[in-house]
Amino acid sequence: MAELLAVRGLRVDYATDQGPAQVLDAINLDVGRGEVVGLVGESGCGKTTLARAILGVLPEGAARIRAGEVRFKSVDLLKEDPAVVNDRVRGRAITFIPQDPFTSFSPVFPVGTQIMDLMKWKSPRVPRGRGPAPLVGRYPRARWRDDREAVLEILRAVQIPDPARALRRLPHEFSGGQRQRLMIAMALLPQPDLIIADEPTTALDVTIQAQILRLLRALVKERGVSVLFTTHDLGTAHEICDRVVVMYAGQEMEAAPTDAFFGRPAHPYTRRLLASVPSPGGEIRDIPGEVPSLVSPPPGCRFHPRCDYASVECRDARPQLRTLATGHDVRCHHPVDAPAEVER
Amino acid sequence: MSSSKGASTVNALWFVFRRLARDRSALLGLLLIALLVACAVLAPALATHPDDVFELHPAERLRAPSGVHWLGTDRMGADVYSRLLFGARITIVIGLIAVGASLVIGVPIGLVAGYYHGWLSDLLMRTSDIFLAVPQVVLAIAIAQTLGPSLPNVILALSVTYWPWFARVVYAETRALQKEIFVESTAALGASPWRLTVLHVLPNIASPIIVRASIGMGFTILTAAALGFLGLGPPPPTPEWGRTIAESREFLPDAWWYAAAPGLAIFLTVMGFNLLGDGLRDVLDPRLRRSRTARDG
Repeated sequence: MAELLAVRGLRVDYATDQGPAQVLDAINLDVGRGEVVGLVGESGCGKTTLARAILGVLPEGAARIRAGEVRFKSVDLLKEDPAVVNDRVRGRAITFIPQDPFTSFSPVFPVGTQIMDLMKWKSPRVPRGRGPAPLVGRYPRARWRDDREAVLEILRAVQIPDPARALRRLPHEFSGGQRQRLMIAMALLPQPDLIIADEPTTALDVTIQAQILRLLRALVKERGVSVLFTTHDLGTAHEICDRVVVMYAGQEMEAAPTDAFFGRPAHPYTRRLLASVPSPGGEIRDIPGEVPSLVSPPPGCRFHPRCDYASVECRDARPQLRTLATGHDVRCHHPVDAPAEVER
Repeated sequence: MSSSKGASTVNALWFVFRRLARDRSALLGLLLIALLVACAVLAPALATHPDDVFELHPAERLRAPSGVHWLGTDRMGADVYSRLLFGARITIVIGLIAVGASLVIGVPIGLVAGYYHGWLSDLLMRTSDIFLAVPQVVLAIAIAQTLGPSLPNVILALSVTYWPWFARVVYAETRALQKEIFVESTAALGASPWRLTVLHVLPNIASPIIVRASIGMGFTILTAAALGFLGLGPPPPTPEWGRTIAESREFLPDAWWYAAAPGLAIFLTVMGFNLLGDGLRDVLDPRLRRSRTARDG
C-alpha cells in the first residue's frame, strides 16, 4: 500500500517533577493510503501523545520532541514551516475527531454557525496560502452556497435527520451519538487524506458505538480516506481496522493486519492483552505487575518485568523491531509461536 | 442571515425573561429596578415640587409627611419626595458608568490574563489581587478623598476599585474554557488570539459577566451612598441619597422621614439588583441549571 504517513523513531519527553518522562520512545508507525489503522494500548501508553504529535498540537512547554520524523506525503511535518503546516495540512489534509463529543462544540452557537465557520477557512474550495484566519473576513456568497450544499450533503451521509433544520439547532439539542456524527461530518468536510480519531466512541453507549464505527468505516472507505484510530478497546479495533498496532509504555510492540493480529498474536504482551478482555462467564484476568514508570523505564524490553517469557536477554538488550513470516512486525526477543523470521 | 440572527437574539431575551418571570424573587428585583428607572426618567413629571432640588423654603423646613409634601420636607424646606426622584438619576448614572468602566477595564484584563500563561498573566492577576485585598469602600474613600468630592471623582473611585472583580471572573472562566476541545481545536486550526478570545471565548463567558454586572450595580450604588454619606460624594445641593441621610442625622429621631425615605430607596435599589443578579445566575448558568433540574426531577 502506498505510504501516506510514516512516523520514524519519534521520541517525545514530558517534563515532570521527577525529571523527563519518555512518553514516546523511538516509536514507528505507518499508515497507508486508504488504510484504517488502529492504535491500541492501555491508558497512559502514549497513544494520545502520538496522535497529538502527528497533528503538531503537543502541549506547549511541557512536551519536547527529542528526535524522529513525522513524514506525511514524503514531507517531514516536524521540519516544515509551521505556517505552511497550518495552512495546508492541519484541518485540511489531516483532520481530527476528538474523544469527547460533549465539549467539542461551543455551547453558545448553533452547530451550523460553527460548521460554516470551519468551512469559511478550511473548505476545499478555499485557495491555499491565505495564512491564518483574521478576526473578521468576508465569506464570498457563491462559495458560501456551494459550501452549504456540501455541508448538507455530508450531514445526510452521516444520517442526521433534516440537515437544514439541524444546522440551526444548538449543540445541547443533539444526543452524544449525533454530536459525534456531526464531528465525523466536520472531519470529512475539508476532504482530508488522513483523519486522526482519538477514541471517538469511548464516551458513547455500546450500541451507538457499533453504529458510529460502521458508519465511519463506510464513509472513509467510500472516499479513500485513511484513518488513524486510537482506542483501548480491542473489540472496537477488530470492528473497524485494517491493521492494528499495539503500544506499551511509549513503544510499539506489535503491528499486524487485523486478522493476523487477532488470530495469531506474536508478542507476549498482545497475548496477555487479548486474554484480559472480559468474556461472559469467564473470570477477569489482568496482567500482573504495573505499567512501568516512564521517568525511569526498565532496561532492555520495557515489558520484561511483567512478561512470562522474559529471559536475561530481555533485561539486558532492547529488542529491535523485526518482521515475521506471518506479517507481524514485533518488538520481542521471544515472539510466541514464532514461525521463521524474515530479514528486514 | 442577519434577520434570523436578530430573531434568535430576541428569542433568547424572551426566553431569559420568561424564566425570570417564573422566579418570584427575580421578578421582584426586576420590578424594583423598573421602578427605579421609571422614577429617574420621569422625575420631572412625577415630582410634586420639581424646583425644590435647588430652591430653598426655610419657612417650611422639617414638615412631617402630608398631602402637600408626601414624604415631608428637609432642613431647607425642600420636598423630600421630589429630591428623592432626582436622586434616582444620580444613582443610576453612578452605577451605570462605574460598572461600565469596570467592565471595560476588567474584562480585557481577565481575557489577556486567562489566555496567556506566564509573567504577563501573573502581573495582571496579582495587581488585581492587590486591589481585592483592600476593602472596596476603604480604597474608594482614599481615592475620592484625594481627588476631592465631586460626581466624576466618585465614579472614578468606584471604577478603579471594582474592575478586579470582573478581571477575576473573566480570568477564571477563560482558564476553564481553555480545556474545552472546541477552544483547543480552534487554536490548533490557527485562529489568532484575537479571533479566539473575541469570537469564541467571550460569547461563552457572557453569562457570568452579566450576572456579575447586575450584582455589581447594587454593590456600587451602596458604596456610592457610603461615600456620599461621608461627604465625599457630589457637593450640595445635589440630591444624592447618601448625602441626604448624612444631613438628616442631626434631626433624628424627630424628623424620621428625612432619613427613612432615602434609606429605604437605597435598600430597595440594592435589593433589586441583587435579586435580579441571583435570578439571572440561575437562568444563565448552565451548570447550576443542570443541578437544579437534577434536584427537581
